[in-house]
Amino acid sequence: MKQKTLFIVAAIVLLLVFLVGTLAYKSEKTEQSAQQADAYGTVLVRMHSPTLGNADAPVVIVEFLDPACETCRVFYPLVKQMMAANPDRIRLVVRYAPFHNGSDKVVAVLEAARKQGKFWPALEAVLAAQADWAPNHTSQVALVWKHLDGLGLNLEQMRADMNAPEIANVIAQDLADARTLNVTKTPEFFVNRIPLPSFGYEQLKKLVDNALNAAQRR
Amino acid sequence: MNTTEPFARMHNETTAWPLIFGAWLVASISTLGALFFGEVMQLPPCVLCWYQRICMFPLVLILPVGLFPLDRKIVRYALPLAAIGWLFAVFHLLLIAGVIPENIKPCTQGVPCSEKVIEWFGFVTIPLLSVVAFSTIIALLILAHLRSPK
Repeated sequence: MKQKTLFIVAAIVLLLVFLVGTLAYKSEKTEQSAQQADAYGTVLVRMHSPTLGNADAPVVIVEFLDPACETCRVFYPLVKQMMAANPDRIRLVVRYAPFHNGSDKVVAVLEAARKQGKFWPALEAVLAAQADWAPNHTSQVALVWKHLDGLGLNLEQMRADMNAPEIANVIAQDLADARTLNVTKTPEFFVNRIPLPSFGYEQLKKLVDNALNAAQRR
Repeated sequence: MNTTEPFARMHNETTAWPLIFGAWLVASISTLGALFFGEVMQLPPCVLCWYQRICMFPLVLILPVGLFPLDRKIVRYALPLAAIGWLFAVFHLLLIAGVIPENIKPCTQGVPCSEKVIEWFGFVTIPLLSVVAFSTIIALLILAHLRSPK
């Protein structure tokens, strides 16, 4: 009987220590990320990043995105919906986090499309056709081209442009910034410099709504 | 015979039980610690860590089965897990220390096993904690086994 009590008490104590440790760690993390939010400012948005929406929008969503990432494909229209629901009040900044094999090549294609002023249509076309060119989570850039037909892009020019060193630099810089910001999974969102507390659409929606409300009160 | 047997059983219970209980404590602390690293701190476990987890987690469930009521045979069931886990932990430790060269390390993708994710006081790494935990569990289980009647 005494042994049973000892066992149960020990089990409860261990679980309690675990729970308290978890809560303590989480609250410390939240505090840290709030403090780091300011320091991260310069790393979070670079001059070279593609942006969508009003330049003076009070709410800035920074999305780290991998064109081969399925969750990115799912989230892209959701973010667009939020922007449509709050016209001129949300700006989207895309940063690249090509974590999948071969994704950096696809990012280079997108950057080449950007040179012709067609970044966003190209991104949408690439995301929509993701299942076709990224079988088994491996990007095959050769399969991407046919999905860009009909966008009025000069594909020959793009094939030359995508190997430009400045595009490689953009990708390297974004990957380095992702490392600095501790972005290990895609998509990762920062809303007015605050990272998602935990991943999920509800969390993103809440963060955006809070930022919108805070901007309105000002 | 009839008069000494209850005494002998009680004697065994009082000595073997705390040892197995101690092994369970170590296994539980290690398991919760591993879960803390993995789920709370979100450090992705490398392949070798997973093999050590495979050996450590079941001990948390299997050892109490031998505690209530005390069944010293539990040592026989638990030792293989602890021993295999210990081998993986030692391999991992040697890998981190650089004794085992890169080219025979089994991790080819994901998180490299030779990466030190945590280093406390300059020498405490997760594989070291793992080696200590498995060694303690093995020592306690062997002691419990020696206390049992032949």
